Amino acid sequence: MRTLAAEKITEVVADLCIRACYDLCGDVYDTLKKCRACEKSAIGVDILDQITKNADIAAENRVPICQDCGLAVVFAEIGQDLHILGNFEEAVNEGVKRGYEEGYLRKSTCTPLTRKNFGNNLPAILHVRLVPGENLRLTVAPKGGGSENMSALKMFPPAAGREGIIDFVVDTVRKAGPNPCPPVVVGVGIGGNFEKAPLLAKEALLAAMDEHHSDPVYADMEKEIFVKVNRLGIGPGGLGGSTTALSVHIKDAPCHIASLPCAVNLNCHAARHQTRVI
Amino acid sequence: MNTYALTTPLRDKDIEKLKTGDAVTISGTIFTARDAAHKLLCDYLDRGEKLPLDLEGQVIFYAGPAPNKPGQAIGSVGPTTSYRMDPYAPILVEKCGLKGMIGKGKRNEAVLAALAEHKAVYFGATGGVAALLSKCVEKAEVILFPELGPEAVRKLQVKDFPVVVINDIYGGDLYQEAVKKYNEEI
Repeated sequence: MRTLAAEKITEVVADLCIRACYDLCGDVYDTLKKCRACEKSAIGVDILDQITKNADIAAENRVPICQDCGLAVVFAEIGQDLHILGNFEEAVNEGVKRGYEEGYLRKSTCTPLTRKNFGNNLPAILHVRLVPGENLRLTVAPKGGGSENMSALKMFPPAAGREGIIDFVVDTVRKAGPNPCPPVVVGVGIGGNFEKAPLLAKEALLAAMDEHHSDPVYADMEKEIFVKVNRLGIGPGGLGGSTTALSVHIKDAPCHIASLPCAVNLNCHAARHQTRVI
Repeated sequence: MNTYALTTPLRDKDIEKLKTGDAVTISGTIFTARDAAHKLLCDYLDRGEKLPLDLEGQVIFYAGPAPNKPGQAIGSVGPTTSYRMDPYAPILVEKCGLKGMIGKGKRNEAVLAALAEHKAVYFGATGGVAALLSKCVEKAEVILFPELGPEAVRKLQVKDFPVVVINDIYGGDLYQEAVKKYNEEI
């Protein structure tokens, strides 16, 4: 059995928070450049240029890509043969606190009704899975509020099927319009139950830009949604154009015989996540 | 589509010439305010008190910046989604002489009606390019509600801050018009 000091987890989480907010993922950057070459609107091209220029400035000057440094969503896959010395959850939260403070990242957590800002971006939204092995895999995915607010969940009856889901996803992007900072990344969770589907959708946002579902049934749906969403005309910044989504990713899970849950989690063009295995 | 360089405060003659789709650069003083600050400002009006800042002819930027690093005038700063300020914006336009708002995303009918009736304009800034936009801010100072942290009201000195006219006083809506132009749904 391997042991790992909680302090090490804090260090890594702090670093991942900062790097996620400063460094746009390379595949997102490349996809933005690729979309620029095909974009039909002149304003759209200009906005895509602003976005990549912004990413260059953020990386070079070590400042956040976006002022909204998000809620700190942390995925942890803990090897069941790993013994953590200290309090795991506290270590993660301490890492978030440290990363947001030392990285000059905006702190955005507050109480729901009285709206008091905690000033430290705590707590992290932490998702833990126990997996075989003795490693710890940590992913920090800061998630902005603008695109999160445009996300949606629907508990479909099974009869809605493939077409019902596709229409719902496309309609969610249509209704969101310019609000979630398009071009967006679309995460879709199909199946599970009321709490599982949104988590699948969130996990889908962690996929590489060119990654597609291994099952052709879902891979075809991803392609169809991608084409339909990009015909909406919303475009970069919502100012019209042919680049409304950078990619669409589906994750699925078995569901109850009575239901067909579907969640759509939209991400702005600053699709931020960083991973490290300790 | 025209381009204009405007300096705050804005006057009716500035607003009258602006049309949906115009590219504008704004220089001078603008104020940041988001949800929480809007609520507090409107609370003053509800109590029948005067606002603690004069908004006559002014522009509000819907934004909460990241903290500035040493040597920076401001941290990364860009627009937040504007619809959340829709419950408050018409009041500030009507009662306080607010002339401009900078944000991103769609506004509701009440805001559009207030723009037309009281001669004000809604500008859009590009979302998610906050490192780039922060270069246009020369000075930033918290002037109200420091307890709100990132949501405190800041007075910004900006130079050539780039925006586009989304909603003018003539009923134009850039989001609707532009999206219609590129919609290819079958």
